[in-house]
Amino acid sequence: MPGITREEVAHLARLARLELKPEELDHFAGQLDDIIGAVARVSEVADQDVPPTSHPLPLTNVMRADEVRPSLTPEQALSGAPAQEQQRFKVPQILGEE
Amino acid sequence: MTATTTPELLSYEDALATYDPVMGLEVHVELGTKTKMFCGCSTELKQDANSQTCPTCLGLPGALPVVNETGVESAVKIGLALNCSIAEWCRFARKNYFYPDMPKNFQTSQYDEPIAFDGYLDVQLEDGEVFRVEIERAHMEEDTGKSTHVGGATGRIHGAQHSLLDYNRAGIPLIEIVTKPIVGAGERAPEVAKAYVAELREVIRALGVSEARMEQGQMRCDVNLSLMPKGSEKFGTRSETKNVNSLRSVERAARFEIQRHAAVLSSGGSIVQETRHFHEDEGTTTSGRVKEEAEDYRYFPEPDLVPVAPPREWVEQLRAGLPELPLAQRNRLIAEWGISAHDMQSIRNAGAIAPIVATIEAGADAASARKWWMGELARSANEQGVDLAALPITPVQVARVSELVAKGDLNDKLARQVIDGVLKGEGTPDEVVDKRGLKVVSDEGALSAAVDEAIAGNAGIVAKIQSGKVAAAGALVGAVMKATRGQADAARVKELILEKLGVSEG
Amino acid sequence: MTTETTDNTENTVNIIKLTAAEIAAEIAAGELTAVQVTEAHLARIEAVDEKVHAFLHVDREGALAQARAVDEKVERGEKLGPLAGVPLALKDIFTTEGVPTTVGSKILEGWIPPYDATLVKKLKAADVVILGKTNMDEFAMGSSTENSAYGPTGNPWDLTRIPGGSGGGSSASLAAYEAPLAIGTDTGGSIRQPAAVTGTVGVKPTYGGVSRFGMVAFSSSLDQGGPCARTVLDAALLHEAIAGHDPLDSTSIDAPVPPVVEAARNGSVRGMRVGVVKQFRGEGYQAGVVQRFDESVELLKSLGAEVVELDCPTFDLALSAYYLIAPSECSSNLARFDAMRYGLRVGDDGTHSAEEVTALTREAGFGPEVKRRIMLGTYALSSGYYDAYYGSAQKVRTLITREFEAAFEKVDVIVSPTTPTTAFPIGERADDPMAMYLADLCTIPTNLAGNAAMSLPCGLAPEDGLPVGLQIIAPAMKDDRLYKVGAAVEAAFVEKWGHPLLEEAPSL
Ligand SMILES: [Mg+2]
Ligand SMILES: [Zn+2]
Repeated sequence: MPGITREEVAHLARLARLELKPEELDHFAGQLDDIIGAVARVSEVADQDVPPTSHPLPLTNVMRADEVRPSLTPEQALSGAPAQEQQRFKVPQILGEE
Repeated sequence: MTATTTPELLSYEDALATYDPVMGLEVHVELGTKTKMFCGCSTELKQDANSQTCPTCLGLPGALPVVNETGVESAVKIGLALNCSIAEWCRFARKNYFYPDMPKNFQTSQYDEPIAFDGYLDVQLEDGEVFRVEIERAHMEEDTGKSTHVGGATGRIHGAQHSLLDYNRAGIPLIEIVTKPIVGAGERAPEVAKAYVAELREVIRALGVSEARMEQGQMRCDVNLSLMPKGSEKFGTRSETKNVNSLRSVERAARFEIQRHAAVLSSGGSIVQETRHFHEDEGTTTSGRVKEEAEDYRYFPEPDLVPVAPPREWVEQLRAGLPELPLAQRNRLIAEWGISAHDMQSIRNAGAIAPIVATIEAGADAASARKWWMGELARSANEQGVDLAALPITPVQVARVSELVAKGDLNDKLARQVIDGVLKGEGTPDEVVDKRGLKVVSDEGALSAAVDEAIAGNAGIVAKIQSGKVAAAGALVGAVMKATRGQADAARVKELILEKLGVSEG
Repeated sequence: MTTETTDNTENTVNIIKLTAAEIAAEIAAGELTAVQVTEAHLARIEAVDEKVHAFLHVDREGALAQARAVDEKVERGEKLGPLAGVPLALKDIFTTEGVPTTVGSKILEGWIPPYDATLVKKLKAADVVILGKTNMDEFAMGSSTENSAYGPTGNPWDLTRIPGGSGGGSSASLAAYEAPLAIGTDTGGSIRQPAAVTGTVGVKPTYGGVSRFGMVAFSSSLDQGGPCARTVLDAALLHEAIAGHDPLDSTSIDAPVPPVVEAARNGSVRGMRVGVVKQFRGEGYQAGVVQRFDESVELLKSLGAEVVELDCPTFDLALSAYYLIAPSECSSNLARFDAMRYGLRVGDDGTHSAEEVTALTREAGFGPEVKRRIMLGTYALSSGYYDAYYGSAQKVRTLITREFEAAFEKVDVIVSPTTPTTAFPIGERADDPMAMYLADLCTIPTNLAGNAAMSLPCGLAPEDGLPVGLQIIAPAMKDDRLYKVGAAVEAAFVEKWGHPLLEEAPSL
């Protein structure tokens, strides 16, 4: 099975938004490799023609009527905000697209 | 101050001489449901920031989604109107990526199991030609919150010191409609793009599932474009121009990208697969962020929701209840009204189809309904720079004006004054008639006296008429109309003149 | 200005040893007040929790206010529910309006939710007195409660050993007599495994039987809240109070709650077919655990059950499938902890972008096990690996479900040891994730299939004198069978031992 490299761990950490420390990259590379090596056993059933189960319940069509329910007050909504301004969540500058 | 240089372009003609464009259009429509897609918060966006949020749409720990059934119904209606197959069974999936305007840092969307797929929409170009655009899929998802960027010079993210987030819009239902690659449109590709979005907007409105106002962001379009050398069948690398938000911009963005791609390719370069931004003011696109690494959305079935399996009887019920769709309606009206395809296109471009139809439904005849909406009212809307539908006059009122004309109570000139009064807020047509004292003079005695006076005072013209130049009677009619301050029935005046002079028409 | 709570030590000791059913009966009869009962438990917490560390937050004022409201109802002669006035320890994974909720994580330190979980609303409506929030492995990821950001919980049988996990705070609170009832959540065994190693009773209801709304998600398709207690009947009473359809949870079953209390009052195995799965023993199973389990099977036979051997080969892949599915879902569920709307924010000093602040906060706010699982899940879902890992794991899930279905054609319930070993020493498996994961070997198949299971004490392992749990597994929506069998087994053991097993625990 694939050996998980330090670079792969770094890539996963970027996808998962974790600013891992250099020593963590090495540590996790070894552990993830062990775990994945072990759990890769599931591929024993890969060629079996059975449908996947993503959910234990056989339910369908659980819906609600399009009726308005009370919202939180803005104060409640913002009650946990690390910072706020003008009744909005204040966050550091968002990079990315201009 | 955009610090972007306009890339080199190839002339449109040269570009099309060498390459065939391939387009893909992705349109997001915000549904007009009362509540959000997965929670009971109202969608009626108040200015009051973060006043329409709850644990679910704020992504609070522990909160769970429940599907809005009207959202699903709207999706099925759109799918049916776009001639799609409706999935017997489909699921929501999580699209995982981090962005601060997305409370859960995944968008609940649909991935490989859309609710509607494999359809088409026939769109009509300016000259009446119909082009079939194949639909890949229409799926349900949710909108994001809104960020405002503070501290930067332009209000854009770049240079901002911080951003402010309002989640009132987060979770509003969206339907994303994706076309299959549009090939074979050739030089008309930009026009097809625009016509597709226009036709789609009309379909959405006819279904009553959204007002689809592009200027309000209720309908947003991404234009994907690539070129392939003429004769080739292998698609080139595409660019994705995001959030092109008016019909005109859709056309311009496609056109610009054709010219830009052609310039790059013909100089031996290669196209970068990237997101681009359209600049309304210059009609150009610029490169978006070059991503460090390819996005990997790690889609998987949303475990907090169960599958949606629209029952077949319900789908058939919805199909049976679909309204007449816009293209079919236009074709029917062309026949019913006896007008040309070109005239219909003008009416459509003016946004006058619905008002005219409503005016006819309110009792007016088709010709006069068309005349008023495409004449006086179109001019007025144009002057004010608003849609016809936004004018402060109703089809019922226009029908009433038309009725008064038909009865002979108003002539055209007076009718225009009545309409003017209604638009100025002076009341209903009948109220304006009363207040302004606008009434055709139908008193034969008074009219006869005015005619006599005109004959007596215009010996020269009378002589002309009597010598056989019946057309000269117009000058006498004018004099009578002037004397009666326009309140006479011009046709009756002419009759009286000819009668008194013993001349018969023609 | 609370009244003196240690004025009558003997009375306090008597109160804290009562079962929930007994407490409710005495309050209803006017023999005890809810305030007395609450104060007795608060006093016990004050006396022992420094050693046990079952609680992350004790809501003294809130609990007493709830208790007073119950006493007022008694005074007014109002009809009370079957658990009115009974104190409860709530796993800190359920949101409580106005009361801190941390999920055992630094990333939510100080967060006060603006809403109550459905389960909390139901408890309040049933007049259950919520004493506070219990310790747990961070985000319910673990089998020892050592992964709590707020320090480990000790096992009242031996404070140097783990109380199980993730719900170690809840199980320890029961075993330490700090509360007669507790709530746990079970994603891979986090109710049953702690129950087993603390000598208490824990039930994972059928998936969808108890609302997940307001229960902070670890792995949505596996998570299930459920009752923890010292007796089977108490667990049934609590089960009935928290179960039932919730329109706010799309995965909540819209059907009547199985008659669990009636079953618990009428324990019997006579004529029942009981399955023993051959995959639930072998390498890694402690001898004393196997011995007590085998004795339990003999006991079941002696009580009139017919024992049937079962072969469920795919169960051997359950642990592997679980460690792909649960991390995958958690990698997505925990993405919302991004420092933007609530919880911890690190690095917001004007030099970092929002993206960087998110990454710095998650680095600082999540412990190693959470990071490990987030990365494992991110890996399993990423393009190129999805089919091999997540896709195959879901096929395993299908096969396990089918094997359960086939088994339940032949038997009414299945029994197994709840855990392969008794409580291990704190620190022993701390940096060996694979060893830690083995603690859930017997409990995980049920989570994957979504059916119901219970753990109850079946004795002490001879080699270490620590509790061993017997697991009973029932088909989905047949939760009542757990209680029918559990009550019979419990009665037989108590008769054999002469007292409940917990009586043998050393005093704290
Ligand atoms: Mg989309
Ligand atoms: Zn909401």
